[in-house]
Order: sequence, then structure tokens, then C-alpha cells
Amino acid sequence: MSAAQFAENFLQALSAGLLTGAVYGLMCVGLSLIFGVMRVINFAQGDFMMLGMYVAYYAFGLFGAHLLFGAALAPYVAALIAGPVIFIAGLLVHKLLVSRVSGMRGSALESEGHYAQLILTLGIALVIQNGGLWVFGSAPVSITTPLSSSAWEIGPLHGDLISIFVNQGQTVAAVIAVLAVLGFVLLMGRSRLGKSLRAAADNPEAAIYMGIDVDRAHRLAFGFGVAITAIGGGLLASSYPFQPYVGLEYVIVMYAGVVLGGLGSVAGAFFGGLTIGLVQQLSTLVLPNQLQNTAIFVVFLVIVLLRPQGLFGRAARRT
Amino acid sequence: MKTSNRKLAGPGLAIILFGIVYAAVTGFISNSYYQLIMTVVPVWAVMGLSWNLLSGYSGLVSFGHAAFFGLGAYFVALAQIHWGLTPWIGIPLAGVLGGIAGLVVGLPTFRLRGHYFALAMLAYPLALLYVFEWLGYQELTLPMQREAPMLAMQFADHRVHAFLALALMLGAMALTSRLERARFGLSLVAIKQDEAAAEAAGINTLAWKLKAITLSGAMAGAIGGFYAVVLLVVTPPAVFGMLVSAQALIVAMFGGVGTVWGPVIGAVVLVPLSEILHARLGNVIPGIQGVVYGIAIVAVILLAPEGVFWKMKDLLFRRATKSVPTPPAAAAVPLPITARPDHAGKSVILELRNVSKAFGGLKAVQDVSFDVANGEILGIIGPNGAGKTTLFNLLNGFIVPDQGEVRFEGRDIVGDKPYRICTAGVGRTFQVVRPFRRMTVEQNVIAGAFVHAASDDAARATAREALVEVGLDRHAQRLAGGLTNKELRLLELARALAGRPKLLLLDETLAGLGGGDVEEVIAVVRKLAAKGITIVIIEHTMPAMVRLVDRFIVLDHGAVLATGLPAEVTRNEAVIDAYLGKRWRAESA
Repeated sequence: MSAAQFAENFLQALSAGLLTGAVYGLMCVGLSLIFGVMRVINFAQGDFMMLGMYVAYYAFGLFGAHLLFGAALAPYVAALIAGPVIFIAGLLVHKLLVSRVSGMRGSALESEGHYAQLILTLGIALVIQNGGLWVFGSAPVSITTPLSSSAWEIGPLHGDLISIFVNQGQTVAAVIAVLAVLGFVLLMGRSRLGKSLRAAADNPEAAIYMGIDVDRAHRLAFGFGVAITAIGGGLLASSYPFQPYVGLEYVIVMYAGVVLGGLGSVAGAFFGGLTIGLVQQLSTLVLPNQLQNTAIFVVFLVIVLLRPQGLFGRAARRT
Repeated sequence: MKTSNRKLAGPGLAIILFGIVYAAVTGFISNSYYQLIMTVVPVWAVMGLSWNLLSGYSGLVSFGHAAFFGLGAYFVALAQIHWGLTPWIGIPLAGVLGGIAGLVVGLPTFRLRGHYFALAMLAYPLALLYVFEWLGYQELTLPMQREAPMLAMQFADHRVHAFLALALMLGAMALTSRLERARFGLSLVAIKQDEAAAEAAGINTLAWKLKAITLSGAMAGAIGGFYAVVLLVVTPPAVFGMLVSAQALIVAMFGGVGTVWGPVIGAVVLVPLSEILHARLGNVIPGIQGVVYGIAIVAVILLAPEGVFWKMKDLLFRRATKSVPTPPAAAAVPLPITARPDHAGKSVILELRNVSKAFGGLKAVQDVSFDVANGEILGIIGPNGAGKTTLFNLLNGFIVPDQGEVRFEGRDIVGDKPYRICTAGVGRTFQVVRPFRRMTVEQNVIAGAFVHAASDDAARATAREALVEVGLDRHAQRLAGGLTNKELRLLELARALAGRPKLLLLDETLAGLGGGDVEEVIAVVRKLAAKGITIVIIEHTMPAMVRLVDRFIVLDHGAVLATGLPAEVTRNEAVIDAYLGKRWRAESA
């Protein structure tokens, strides 16, 4: 392989990594919100993402959103529709199940309910993914848009040697993901809701004394958290085929990103997710395609073993 | 967990009876589908037992037992295909491989705790899943061996498989039940309840966890190999998939962890349920098995987090916690100040030289040097935040000083693990008591007695002596969680004492005690000192301290402010300003 060809492959992987990474970043922000506010590890996060993908898929097919927004943009509108739908699903799951072992009720349990939460959400994950198999079928589906099969060409650069193709569909998805993260950061920083969420995260007991309904804050955090990840899933749905078991792979992707960014930090989660996207795409330069996910798992293990507080996080206890 | 002397009678008999009933039922089944179910139930029971051996006793939740299971399954399949190795040898070797995998996984991963541990464990089987797909083993089929079916474990009568599975399960049960009532079980349960306290009580926590994951991996590897022989087809998702790890966890937690029966109950209930539903409804609802396991574990967490076994036991036996009435406290007669031997010039047991420790910008301990003489009672006093507890944590190895030397009996112990320092002869108690709350008083002390005990019986005898020494022998069978503050303080003393310490570090042992109780605990401390144990005690209760200790060291802002005899130190102006306060001056004037 010539140097120019390697440079081309590298830049190609780099751009693909940044675009996928931006969407991973959005997904990680959702997971991080739940952990940051509730201190709950939600194992079912990947399965809510999968639900988001199917909501986008059906919204795209059913409502014929393309009539309103044109065939090119319709998949992205469908992805945004996944947000409110999964938000409501998240509220229900929190109210009926998660709230019983978290928050004030969790602190009465052994090791503050962490194991109960982890195992409860594992059960929820099993029900969602296997129930999904029944409802959605096991055949992989995807959302097709003209954009996902067209690319911009950058170059030729460096004489005629290097040119990079940037997928248009992925670019639009990445832009929407970044805008969604910015919007969320503004919401958390500026609004009353954001303040109450941050207060509940910082010190739940003091927040209660300040008249903040911590239980409601937790419910909203769970709802927003799964909804944000579901939008990320919806954005991915237009460039990757998926099936009901897809969530599990992304649980590790998301946790790798969130741990890398420092558990509980929203900005850290976004950059963590971005990094994982880069790792995934750049790994294809040296590893066979099938081992992309193995590369992520190995990176995840290395991060938790060597730097559990994350690259951007403060030192925290590993418990 | 019982620690009665009837070692095998109870559980051993029950396990044998269960085996006979299971074998008899299997013998009458002629339908080959039900025979398969009878084979698969023990397979998942063994996976549950394997998970229980690590996670149930130690409390470290594994989401990755599929890694060991899958390695075992692929090993047996590949060894038969490529080398013609019979599973009769392959399965034991798969167990060895699983054990090695456990050790390899455990060594780095035990640096983690809580959900970090669980998630890291999840990554191993998933990474292996993709590796095996990449290696081209998407579907391995074991060849039919028509000439030597016995050698290949390919029996025409599938009941033989069920009997073999049953034998493996009974073996796993016998091993578990032996281990749980021995040092292994007690040490792991202590780790589950308070890892730091276990380490300080002389339990080598890392070594026990490694033993547990090695044995656990071996069980999972062997049963994975057997599973491959039964199903004849091995695919990465079927043996490395999430459902494998989840099933191990779920049968164990459904039945109840920390007992040999839990995983068996879980498997006996859940495996047939999910298999039969899958057979009836599988073509309509393809994921029904996963749904069954998911709902089962959600229900258990919400309704009976302790699992079916413990719930039933509670309902059937209503284990009335026999509360021994606490005898009235001995009348609070202040003990006279007995003349204590002069320790000046005696041999030195502990030396600190220029010990410093900073947490970020906070210098918790700065340049502290002092000696402790053999047999003396040294009091450490100072205002809150003076660095007293940090000093103890430096002495027993919880934290390593940034600089300086700590010599115990002349040997530098800086950097030694807490359990080693405990084994060398340094015992400690905690400012906020840290008993193993779900264990009985006796078990708490036995856990501390393993340090120097050659056998379980020796540990039990040492524990009994220690309990008599502190006067808790009548409460031996009570749960530590139900003790009063004074009893908890005495329990910690007994646990430390059971390790046969030469030096005891007592951290605010009198905190929160009433007048009579203070005298009682002080009397015990004196008795220990009279036996020749050197004592370093942190305490705020000055009147008690003045009568108890031979010498004081005063810490302020992490540095030594003064040292000397009680009479000198209590008149030292700097000490009065920094710690004792004006009222002291007024009262003692």
C-alpha cells in the first residue's frame, strides 16, 4: 500500500469515525444523563435505542413523512419522532419498575440498590429485545434514503492522489446529533427543569429540602435519557440495517463512551462517544471488519481497568 | 449458612435424596424431547452454581459467565473434530481451560468493583463472540461417531445424557456445599459485606476472589463442554451470547444466592417453563425464552430480591431471632488507676519515621515520627481532622504514605497489603463500626481467626476464646446486625483479637457509649494490655483516656504537637489551645 493510499484510507476512516461518533456521542449523552441524575446503570439503554430505531422505521413507513418533508429529510424527521414516543415509554418503565429500586427507595436496599437496578434493567432488556423479536421479526431492516447512498467527494487533494468520500446521509445525521446535544446542554443550563435535574443529581436530600420533587426529576431524567438515546438510534437507522438484538452491541459502545468521558459528565459523554466512533472506524485500518466491535470492547476494558474516572473526568471511586 | 459441626449429614443427605428422585423421574421419561429438558435443567443449574460460587458469595456480579461456558463448548467441539479427542477427556480439560480463563479474567478485572466489574465482565464473552465468528466458526457440527458412540458420548438413549448431567450437577452441589461452610464461604461472604474490614481482619481478599473465579470458571467451562456434546452444534451466539450469562445469573438469583439450592431451584422452575413455552409458542413468539427469563428476574427483584429459597425458608420456618436478653450492665464503678509498668527504655514494637500523606492539596499527615514501646498503651488525641484515622489507615496498609518509614518489629511494612500487616500482628477496629452484619457474632470472629488458624476447627476455637475474652460468648449465635453499639465495639475487639495481634489499633472504641458501657469496654482493653498486647488508641473521651493510657501523642493539622505522660500533656499550653480548650483549663485549675 502506498503512502498516499494509506493516507486516503486513514482520512476516509477518520471522517467516517467523526460522523458515526457524533451520533454515538448523542446516544452517550442520554445514558450519561440517567447515570448523572439517578446514579442508575441502565442496562436496557441499548434496547430503548433499538425501540427508537423501530419507531423511526415505522414512522417513516406509516406516516409517509416523506410527503411532507421530501424523501431526503423524512428519515431524520422520523428519528426525531422517536424521541417523544420513547420518552413516554421511559416514564412508564421508570414509574412502574425502576423507581421501586432507585432514588429514595433504592437507598434502603443493599449497596444502595445498585445491584438491584443493574439486574432489574437486565431483565427489562431481555423482555424488550426478545419481545421485539416477536413484534418486529428477526429479519434485519433499514431505512433507505437517497442521501444514505450518495456522497460528497472532497478532493482530489495532494495532486490527484487522495480523495475522500463523505456520506451525505451520515453527515446530516451527525449535524442533527450535534444540534440535539447543544440544545440539550442549553436546556440543562438555562431552564428551570435543567436546574431541578442538576440539583437532584448533586444532592438529592438537599434538593428535597429545597422543595424539588426528586422523584419527578428522576422520572424525567430517565425519560429524557432514553429518548435522547432513541433519537440517536433513529439517526443511525438510516445508515445501518438493524434487528431486535442490536441494542446489546450498543450497550457496550455507549458504556465505553460514557466511561471514557467520565461517568455522569454530559460533555464528557459526547466526546467519549465521538472517540469510540473514531476507534471503531480507525480499527478497520488494521483489523478485519468483523472485529470492529471487539476493538471497542478491548478499548472499553482498557479504559475501565486503567482509568475508570475517564479521560476527562475527576477521580472517582470505582464502586 | 450454618457452621454446626454436623458437616455432611444435613445437606449431603438432601443432595443425595434429590439426586435419587431426579434420576427416578428421568428413568420413566420416554419422550426424547422431555429427556432433553431433563438434561438441560442440570446444565443450567451447574451454570447457576458456577455463577453463585463467584457472585453469590462474594457479591461481585458477573455479566460474563458465557465467556467460560463458550470456551469450554468450543474446546470440546474443536478437540473432537480436529484431534478426535473423546469428550470423556475433553470435558475435564474444558474445566481446566475455564479455570485458567477465570484466573486470566480475574487478575485484571478484580481491580474493579460494583457496576464497573459487572460491565467489564460483559465485555469478555461479547469480544470472544466476534473473535470466534471471525475465525470462521459460525457453526461447528460435531461429527457422528458411528463406530464408537460411547467414546463420543453419543448415546442412542438420551436418558444417559440426563444421568450424566445429573452427576455433574450433584458434583457441583457437593463441592459448593463443602466450600460454603468452610473457610472459603466465610471469607467470601465477609468480602461481600465489607471488603475493607475483611482485608483488615487478615483475609487476603484478592486471593479468595481469584480462587472463587477460577473454580467458577472451571465449572462453567466443563458444563459448556458437556452442552456442546449434548446439542452437537456450537454457534457463537448460542454459547457466548448474552442470554447464556443472563441465564446463569437469573437461575441463581431466582432461586436465591449464597446457597447450594438456589441455582438448582431456579433451573428446575425456569428451564422447563421456558423450554415448554418455546416448544408450544416458539413459532408464534420467537423470543419467548428470553421474555420468560426477563420477567422472572424482574419479578424476583421487585417481589423477593433474596430469591425463592430464602423466601420459602422464611415463610416455612419463621426463623424467630432468638434474642438473648442483655444482662444488666455491670454497675458503673470507675476502675482505680492501677499502677502500670514503666515502658521507658523497653523494646520498640512500632516505629514511624517522617511519615507523610497528602490528599491533593490537603496534607493529612505531615512528617510524623514516634515510637511505640512493647506493651504500652499509647493514646492519640487531637481535634477532628487532625489526621488520626488517616494515621491508622497508613499503619494498617489501607493507604500508602507518600514518604517515610513504618517499621513493625523492625521490618518496614510500607506498601504491604492490609491482610499481610494483619497477619504480621497488627489488628484494628474502626471509628464507625464495620461488622459483617449478615453474619453471626461467632462467624464474624471466626473470619478474623483464619489468619493464624491451621483448620476451620482451630479457627472456631480461637474465635470462642476471643469471645470469652471480651464477654460476648453468650451472644455468639446472634446476627451482628442486631447488636447494640457497645456489643458491636466488643465484637470488633474480639474479631481483631482472634487474629492474635501483637499490636491493636483502636479507633474511637468508646465513641457513643454511655458511662457504664465505657467502663466495661475500658476494662476489656486493660485486660488485653495486661496480657501483653500493645495498644494504640484514638479517643476523645479525655477523662477515660487519662486513666487508661501510659502516654499521649497529640496530633494537630497532621503533625505531632506534643508527646508525653498524661499529666504533662494535659498541662501543655499548646495542647490546651489546640484541642482541650479553655473549659479544660478552668476545670483542671
